[in-house]
Amino acid sequence: MNVSYRWLSEYIDLSGIEPQKLTEMMTRGGIEIDSVPSRNAGVSNVVVGYVKTREKHPDADKLSVVTVDAGTGEDLQIVCGAPNIAAGQKVPVAKVGAKLPGIEIKKAKLRGVESQGMICSARELGINDKLLPKEQQEGILVLPSETEIGRDILDVLALSDHILELDLTPNRSDCLSMLGVAYEVSALTGRSLRLPDPGQDLYAAADKTSDHISVRITATENCSLYTARYIKGVKVGPSPLWMQNRLIAAGVRPINNIVDITNYVMLEYGQPLHAFDAKKIAEGRIDVRLAKPGEALVTLDDQERKLEPHMLVIADGEKALGLAGVMGGANSEVTEDTTDIVLESAKFDGGTIRRTSRQLGLRSEASARFEKEVDPSRVREALDRAAGLMAKYAEGLVTEGIAEAETASFEPAVVRLSLDRVNGMLGTSLSSLEAETILTRLQFAAVSAGNDVWDVTVPTRRGDMTRDVDLIEEVARLHGYDEIPTTLIEGASTAGSLTKPQAIRRELRTLLTNAGLQEAISYSVTSAQRTGLFPALSGEDVKPIALAMPMSEERSVLRTTILPSLMEAAAYNLTRKNNDIALFEIASVYHSDEEALTRLPQEKPRLALLLAGSRRAAGWNRPAETVDFYDAKGLLETAFRRLGIEARISYEAAQPEGFHPGRTAAIKLETERGAETIGYVGQLHPELQREFDLPDTFAAELSLAPVYEYADNRIEYKPLPRYPAMERDIAVVVDRGVSGGALTAAIEASAGELLESVRVFDVYTGDRVAADKKSVALALVYRHAERTLTDDEVTAAHGNVLARLEQSFAAELRK
Amino acid sequence: MKERLEALRAEALEQLKGVADAGRLNDLRVHYLGKKGQLTEILRGMGALSAEERPIIGQAANDVRADIEIVIAEKQEAFDRAATAGRLAAETIDVTLPGKAPSVGAVHPLNKVAQEIEDIFIGMGYTIAEGPEVETDYFNFEALNLPKNHPARDMQDSFYITDEILLRTHTSPVQIRTMKAMNGKTPVKVICPGKVYRRDDDDATHSFMFHQIEGLVIGPNIRMSDLKGTLLQFVREMYGSQMEIRLRPSFFPFTEPSAEVDVTCVQCGGSGCRMCKHTGWIEILGCGMVHPKVLEHGGYDPNEVTGFAFGIGVERIALLKYEIDDIRHFYANDTKFLSQFAKQ
Repeated sequence: MNVSYRWLSEYIDLSGIEPQKLTEMMTRGGIEIDSVPSRNAGVSNVVVGYVKTREKHPDADKLSVVTVDAGTGEDLQIVCGAPNIAAGQKVPVAKVGAKLPGIEIKKAKLRGVESQGMICSARELGINDKLLPKEQQEGILVLPSETEIGRDILDVLALSDHILELDLTPNRSDCLSMLGVAYEVSALTGRSLRLPDPGQDLYAAADKTSDHISVRITATENCSLYTARYIKGVKVGPSPLWMQNRLIAAGVRPINNIVDITNYVMLEYGQPLHAFDAKKIAEGRIDVRLAKPGEALVTLDDQERKLEPHMLVIADGEKALGLAGVMGGANSEVTEDTTDIVLESAKFDGGTIRRTSRQLGLRSEASARFEKEVDPSRVREALDRAAGLMAKYAEGLVTEGIAEAETASFEPAVVRLSLDRVNGMLGTSLSSLEAETILTRLQFAAVSAGNDVWDVTVPTRRGDMTRDVDLIEEVARLHGYDEIPTTLIEGASTAGSLTKPQAIRRELRTLLTNAGLQEAISYSVTSAQRTGLFPALSGEDVKPIALAMPMSEERSVLRTTILPSLMEAAAYNLTRKNNDIALFEIASVYHSDEEALTRLPQEKPRLALLLAGSRRAAGWNRPAETVDFYDAKGLLETAFRRLGIEARISYEAAQPEGFHPGRTAAIKLETERGAETIGYVGQLHPELQREFDLPDTFAAELSLAPVYEYADNRIEYKPLPRYPAMERDIAVVVDRGVSGGALTAAIEASAGELLESVRVFDVYTGDRVAADKKSVALALVYRHAERTLTDDEVTAAHGNVLARLEQSFAAELRK
Repeated sequence: MKERLEALRAEALEQLKGVADAGRLNDLRVHYLGKKGQLTEILRGMGALSAEERPIIGQAANDVRADIEIVIAEKQEAFDRAATAGRLAAETIDVTLPGKAPSVGAVHPLNKVAQEIEDIFIGMGYTIAEGPEVETDYFNFEALNLPKNHPARDMQDSFYITDEILLRTHTSPVQIRTMKAMNGKTPVKVICPGKVYRRDDDDATHSFMFHQIEGLVIGPNIRMSDLKGTLLQFVREMYGSQMEIRLRPSFFPFTEPSAEVDVTCVQCGGSGCRMCKHTGWIEILGCGMVHPKVLEHGGYDPNEVTGFAFGIGVERIALLKYEIDDIRHFYANDTKFLSQFAKQ
């Protein structure tokens, strides 16, 4: 809502409250104001001039030379380039020495002809000319012929004004009107209001409205009150300049006196009105009804709208005349030939209007007001106000009486308020008198209903006041939020804490960032194609969850796996020459097995990481080291150790889609239910790498729910060993296909209790073994907790190991 | 013999004087004092001496040996020192070259800020609750006093999946979930961080996905003054003890009274600058007293308990804190951006 300061001051005395001060007061009172532009963009010394003569410029086709009477005593000769300039016009004349936004007018010679000033277009005066008719945009601004010569253009166009651009919250639709804003300012300042008083001396015509028109509401749920007046003999023409100025100030385009008056009264009262050409209403009957199946209407913007049965229309006996509260129909539009008018003022159901306007994508000043519920008590008042203005400015004759239908009446709400509740909720210590004073300023009638308890009657213009807390907010904001004290919560103190999953996520962040990875956050929505890249991570039965109305294809489906997002991030970084990429992300993925959701999907927390390029950039003393599978795996191993689930984890070669079939492991977690695959670590499939323009890229993604479940931060201390260990290294030659994991598992299974640890410390393939073989060197440590081992014991255990390796893997001991 | 010993001493000391390297020194030691050396050679003649002369000559020979050994030892020590010094000099490295630092990453700035906020509230006795990002219309809107067709739903255009299921537009549904889980018990003191989604065209200040932290306190006597006190404490812990807050009346369907909260401009300290549009204040969050209808939906009697709630935009706090010019940086995951947040 754009509020003209000048217009507002017609309803309330604003002396001493400059626009900036008023803005500050209203903001502190809860009405946000985006900005307060001046309507004068820097114009001075521009006056109304009368174009006495116009001649073609002798040396320029497109220029005219005019003589202008600008009230200065002698005529001015001015060269003008506007195509619409003509003798007999009243125009804005910038005299020599005048200022326009960005320029100063000096005496000049244009193609050899002296010019004593400049005739201005609306744009040159700093006016938003988009609201003006096209011919006024393309040329100079032509003023009404009755405009007084020599008058300051700032007065004529009401440019000495500021616009308060209100950014209203949905509850304050009462301020979608000048009167509503005036009530608010009155409450803030305590100053009294000067309200218009329509309905006086309205009737000049002898006949009755009921002779011309009758009104019926068929859709009783959707319209509670419909009123109409009949106005005869109107002359459609321009509205008075003062009214046009106010409309432009409010951002509304002037059209003609009839339409302008309906808009003007809408801005003044917050009640949208509509004028029909009475001659186009069949049988003089108006019916407020729901649209019929298959019904269509061409609206004022010349669009054919297909109507649905939940949409409310204004109809005559034959056809729909308009979409109630949204837009009128072209078939009953007021034109230059219109003489008789049916003027509508009604209260339509907000939800009905909202639904229609959203569905048709058709939002208007009217629908914006109806959908927030207009004030029922202003319906007739606004009708009378507009009728009066039409009598005055369109020479209309208003017939006697109002044609109306009402399906529900509105009583002002009565809300009980207690001072204890006010102070208890706010933490204030307001007195009874202070509270009553605030209610009085709001013009809410408070009747005592006991000791410091009131029954407050809320005017219908404040439909947002339904409970005592609503009144408490009014009291608080008018008392001033700054006056509310600052206190601490009373009562027993509570202990704050993270949950186990939250603590684990933080631990993972710490650990992975300390290992050199950057944490990423990427969008939860992606394309359908992306969700299909890693079926093993997405889950076999999972159906992608699609947004009903996505903003783009790339962001249309909830992601079922995180890796594609990290791959996109990696590709993005590569294009920006960030070649070494180490990213991780902790986020949820969304899984459902339903084609169409009937219940919420599962949100599964995941950890994903991705490595590409060098683990470390080349330094002066070392070459760059390219990342490999074991970097990714090593990060996970560290994480699992840290979270106390290392012993439950194993890795198994796997070939999930999207990964390199020879370089990928399933991550298995030992649970009561058996070993569960909780994720995968591996190289991306080379084809996928190519598709994303990635170098060799290693990645992992795993479910965190089982990690949360089994993570164990209890530390079990074991006494330090008191007896020495015996170390035996062996190297065995086996087939290349035999995994290190299988060898260590076999050793652990066969060595007996004396074996403390076994680890692979070298793997060799090359000339010194057969082509299909490899040599694996392992370090075994034997120890007994209570005594020093003998050579014989170890040799026996070691013998079992060698025998098992030979038996299970045809391993040959390498000499 | 005595003369021969004296001559040997003189010769040896003279020779040793000119020695310049450890090898030559060793040669001389062998030559004079070795098993087959000059001194031994002389002492071979001891057998021919009388019993009286033998100890005297023996003593004299020991003196000569000692004198020579001392000089040799001194020389040896000097050579050792020089050798050590030479070795150390040869081992000198350029200590100004870079070290072998393990690379270090950074927690995402949004999580960094969120964790900081969480920690402040944990210190004030809050626990952290979480809820689903895909929500029902009931939890996201209806239970929060936003019935279907309520005009306030325009404030947050939503991504629906079905008519009843959508991406949550705020973390406020966690309020209802928490209340229901508490089953009418008090006090409730939680914060709820998480992702939220609104149908916004992305630009420098808008992102269709962003992060919020919701706060909710319910108890038998929670007042708006407690809300002010809580927020003031939070703001001062977050930005410093010089900070002030200012509440402005506002509107949220799920709180009444409602307020927008401004803090002292972090850039100018309140004197006015471009960042705060010369007001000295910056809007950082919305809050209010929990609406009675919301309490009812959560299973509480609004006549028995009151509560306050607030919602913090994590992006907003991070943009202000780090003076980042474009919200889209948070989601591009450019490592040149992310790596700037590696400090503790």
